Amino acid sequence: MTGAWMGMPAFPDAAREAVRDSQLRANLRNATGTIRAKRARVVAERPDWEQLRVAGERIKDQALRNLADHLVEFERNATAAGAHVHWARDAAEANKIVLELVRATGSSEVVKVKSMATQEIELNESLAEHGITAVETDLAELIVQLGHDKPSHILVPAIHRNRAEIREIFTREMPDVPAGLTDAPIELAGAARAHLRRKFLSARVGISGANFAVAETGTLVVLESEGNGRMCLTLPETLISVVGIEKVVPTFADLEVMMQLLPRSSTGERMNPYTSMWTGVAPGDGPQDVHIVLLDNGRTDALADEIGRQALRCIRCSACLNVCPVYERTGGHAYGSVYPGPIGAILTPQLRGVAADAVSASLPFASSLCGACYEVCPVRINIPQALVHLRGQVVDAKRGKPSAERLAMVGMGWVFGSPRRLRWAQKLAALGGRVLGRRGRIGRLPGPGAAWTDTRDLPVPGQSFRDWWADR
Amino acid sequence: MKVALFITCFNDTVFPETGKAVVRVLERLGHSVVFPAAQTCCGQMHFNTGYQREAVPLVRRFVEVFADAEAVVAPSASCVAMVREFYGRVAEVAGDRKLARAVTEVQPKVHEFTEFLVDVAGVTDVGAYFPHKVTYHPTCHGLRMLGLGDRPVRLLSAVRGLELIDLPHSTECCGFGGTFAVKNADVSVAMGQDKIAHVLGTGAEVLAAADNSCLMHLGGLLSRGRSGVRVMHLAEILAHEEVPA
Repeated sequence: MTGAWMGMPAFPDAAREAVRDSQLRANLRNATGTIRAKRARVVAERPDWEQLRVAGERIKDQALRNLADHLVEFERNATAAGAHVHWARDAAEANKIVLELVRATGSSEVVKVKSMATQEIELNESLAEHGITAVETDLAELIVQLGHDKPSHILVPAIHRNRAEIREIFTREMPDVPAGLTDAPIELAGAARAHLRRKFLSARVGISGANFAVAETGTLVVLESEGNGRMCLTLPETLISVVGIEKVVPTFADLEVMMQLLPRSSTGERMNPYTSMWTGVAPGDGPQDVHIVLLDNGRTDALADEIGRQALRCIRCSACLNVCPVYERTGGHAYGSVYPGPIGAILTPQLRGVAADAVSASLPFASSLCGACYEVCPVRINIPQALVHLRGQVVDAKRGKPSAERLAMVGMGWVFGSPRRLRWAQKLAALGGRVLGRRGRIGRLPGPGAAWTDTRDLPVPGQSFRDWWADR
Repeated sequence: MKVALFITCFNDTVFPETGKAVVRVLERLGHSVVFPAAQTCCGQMHFNTGYQREAVPLVRRFVEVFADAEAVVAPSASCVAMVREFYGRVAEVAGDRKLARAVTEVQPKVHEFTEFLVDVAGVTDVGAYFPHKVTYHPTCHGLRMLGLGDRPVRLLSAVRGLELIDLPHSTECCGFGGTFAVKNADVSVAMGQDKIAHVLGTGAEVLAAADNSCLMHLGGLLSRGRSGVRVMHLAEILAHEEVPA
């Protein structure tokens, strides 16, 4: 994972800016609140929800445990059905493969199904460098693309925009925008529909990701809500799908569980509106030139980490984003990655390397560890556990480099190493409290303590419990 | 029952009144309370901030100090969650099988204060009197890691004179999050302010919780905002008795 997201500020700095944006906070509160309530309603309908979650977890774990075998099986079956399977070690390799495939068609425009994998490798930017225009056809992705913006949510990439802002973007950027467009949702959707329809009918190359890749049949599965995906998957002559290697499930029957978990968790629907499945080439029907690019890009490294690897179970439903109190206040851009929110905080550092850059190193700390994400995850990814584990890796990567934090932590460790030292430290704290306290409160601390007292008072420590107990 | 009190370093140093309240309630119920003076800290701050190796000696100390205890009671949901959820992992990090065994032996004996009262002592009415309007915030580790459920609310509901008011959006995190409160102070405070708005909306005089760490964060915001609402650990409410005229 590299490119346009690089050079972003680390999470605390980006978040500081985001929490000051009252429009953004209002947009996010409304949107996440609505999806959260919808999800809760449809999940509550299923008395077997917890069993489904366990089944989802086990299916993905089984797939990951024998990933190499399942991938080879997938390749064999997809190839037998007429698809061409390519293997990409990283973003650069994947982009190169796709570029060559598009060039071979002679086309200078491609239509795209919403896909996280292609966002991750920044395929659009890579194609643009070589004169090929990639048109996003998912409504929200189109809004992001036309707004020269970045996605801020896995499922609802334009969640940070309200309809007034969308009207503005369409009016400014859409060449065939209808005159007098208002911000009524039906008009905005209509404008996008007309604009996209022309693109679908002229496109010769479609590019997609996949939600699932079924090893035993060689089938790819895409779930979407608008029907734009169905257009991209069926109308062009050439179809290229970039698929993360962790998307594989062993058997077709595994989809039974996944197709129940995903829609309820992501959009709060009982059943997904448009589900497309294809197995290689169907002669005379749909794309006749079908390619699948299997993408590693850091996934094998994540798989090697016994606690971190659970992040690869993720089915990109976004339920964790929608319940996350941190995400709700910062939005997705603060996470400096196409994968925002709690899952992004454990996935991004693993795909890039925890010590790769300041953003990655800050992400495991971008959580209060409240555990709301783990509670809703349909494949039971213990995100707080993985966050704490990755924090350990960040700290270990910096061992040997002195810092105020390390000094404080080692110092506290020394103090807690003996009750006698703790007692002395408590007396020192009480003394400091008498110096700094006013009317039973400390309103101002020097140095790093100001991060607390800038906005919050502190109680003044007095006689410790252990001294009280000793005198009792 | 003989109860060994794990007061937690934070309560020991900053909130001694909570510890005193726990002692009062347990003794009132007829339990004998000891405070093993060799205890210091459960290691949660170190572990959760990524200083996992530094947490190892603290975990070692905890399991040694409480090895012979019949029951350990702590007035902090998050410290108990640390013991229950992460001590096994610390032993793994240390690569110490003996420590891992000691951890599994001590874990079932460690109870959060409300768990002990409801599940072990089998009481919900502890004979308290507190004639005030109270709202209760279920802190995240108590809610999701320990699964305290309605235990705290049952205890508070049995307090004479107390009017318990539901806190809207109560299950949402207050934003404390340990070192998160300073590492990401802006987000932490944004979360805290939303929680405070819900608290003020209830009209309660007292905000209660089973974790002083969250209450220090919320209390700090309430105090800075001169709101007139005070924060109290639930144990301090349960310790209150009617003074005979």
